[in-house]
Amino acid sequence: MTSLQIDFTGFTQWIGQTLSDYLSPGWALTVELILAAVALIVMIVVLVILMIYAERKIAGFMQLRLGPMRVGWCGSVQAIADVLKLLLKECVTPFKADKFLFALAPFIVLTTSFLALVPFSYSPGLQLWDINIGVLYVTAVSSISVIGVMMAGWASNNKYSLLGAMRSGAQIVSYELSVGMSLIAVIAMSGSLSILEIINSQADGWWIYKGHIPAIISFMIFIIASTAELNRAPFDLAEAEQELTAGFHTEYSGMQFAMFFLSEYTNMLIASMMAATVFFGGWQPLYLPGLDGFNAIMDYIPGFIWFFGKVFFVVFLIMWFRWTFPRIRIDQLLRLEWKYLLPISIVNVLIAATVAVFEWYL
Amino acid sequence: MGAISILLMLFAGIGFAGLAIGMGKLVSTKRRNPVKGEAYECGLPTEGTSWGQFNVGYYLFSLSFLIFDVEMVFLYPWAVTLKEVGVPALVEIIFFMLFLFMGLLYAFKKKALQWK
Repeated sequence: MTSLQIDFTGFTQWIGQTLSDYLSPGWALTVELILAAVALIVMIVVLVILMIYAERKIAGFMQLRLGPMRVGWCGSVQAIADVLKLLLKECVTPFKADKFLFALAPFIVLTTSFLALVPFSYSPGLQLWDINIGVLYVTAVSSISVIGVMMAGWASNNKYSLLGAMRSGAQIVSYELSVGMSLIAVIAMSGSLSILEIINSQADGWWIYKGHIPAIISFMIFIIASTAELNRAPFDLAEAEQELTAGFHTEYSGMQFAMFFLSEYTNMLIASMMAATVFFGGWQPLYLPGLDGFNAIMDYIPGFIWFFGKVFFVVFLIMWFRWTFPRIRIDQLLRLEWKYLLPISIVNVLIAATVAVFEWYL
Repeated sequence: MGAISILLMLFAGIGFAGLAIGMGKLVSTKRRNPVKGEAYECGLPTEGTSWGQFNVGYYLFSLSFLIFDVEMVFLYPWAVTLKEVGVPALVEIIFFMLFLFMGLLYAFKKKALQWK
């Protein structure tokens, strides 16, 4: 398959080459690293601002209203205005709080969600590091954020915060299992944990199509479980506004709150990127067998547009859930996981393994 | 870029959060007020501390999470080598899952996974 897609390998190599021409090796590496970090941070911030805007517009659309309209064209700079507002707000620390842990929690939550971005491949050749255990790394690192959440809830010395943190801890920890299981089902079929190899294994068809029944089941489990892991509606018990004001970040304000907000959206982005990579073929274009003209046109669309198109499709699904289902109770939440999702995903892993061993792909 | 990228993102996260929070603290207004530092609960003065004992139900869930998470750690390498090993791996994992399923059933029987 001769792909006409833009490959960024040459571009990144050119940057490295130019830098090492002008600077000593140590400085060249430092500058390259700083450039990579700045590029990633800018990407995250831009995407998160887009997601906040999308969230509001979708919410408006689903409720037959307009959403933000005043700031900028159709409210397009509303999110930036909100960031500026948060910047000007005071960071209040309660007198009775554990000051050190209270200050530390936003750092942990944000850093873990940044760390999980390392192995993702955004476009051909655009990847920080293709870890050979990429999927395991992402699930492992993103589950560290529970510690930050619990820390925030405990350190606030506020009953709402503590309740929210405990609920969110139980929820994240329970649904972690289903997320892992649904990913294992696809890993069994692709035979690798590396993000790049998983993407390459989908060149002749995305797993959601190629893996038929087990892949579709595991995608459904993945999307339900990751919505729960993100503490988003209908699983937003951790910050049920009517009961717990805001859950674990009740006491946070100003930029400290903004960090929680940013990491929440980054985690949503990570979950969607994982779904897009594992189930929808990452940056692989859509090919239809037998239609060469169509496939050639698909080739001209750059990889990152494919990738972020798929990511935003999953993001839209998660946002759609929020306005479709009412919030469930904590006993229902835990029953859903332990009685339904976990057994189903265990059986699904077995089905996927059978499909993989006997190669019953579509 | 190699293993250094993990270190890079670690520092990027800490640096970004530090810069943002630091800038917020620098720019924002600071008015000290004894009421402002109270816990945001009900408006009434807060009764006692919230650092105390907690519902044991959460503990049971974290224990059963631990069991199944350890199981999942075994499944990752199995999933990678499944195609090379072939049918024997499939048969073995069916037995492995069967035992785990019995563990899950036992937890149900003992009502460990029921919210009280």
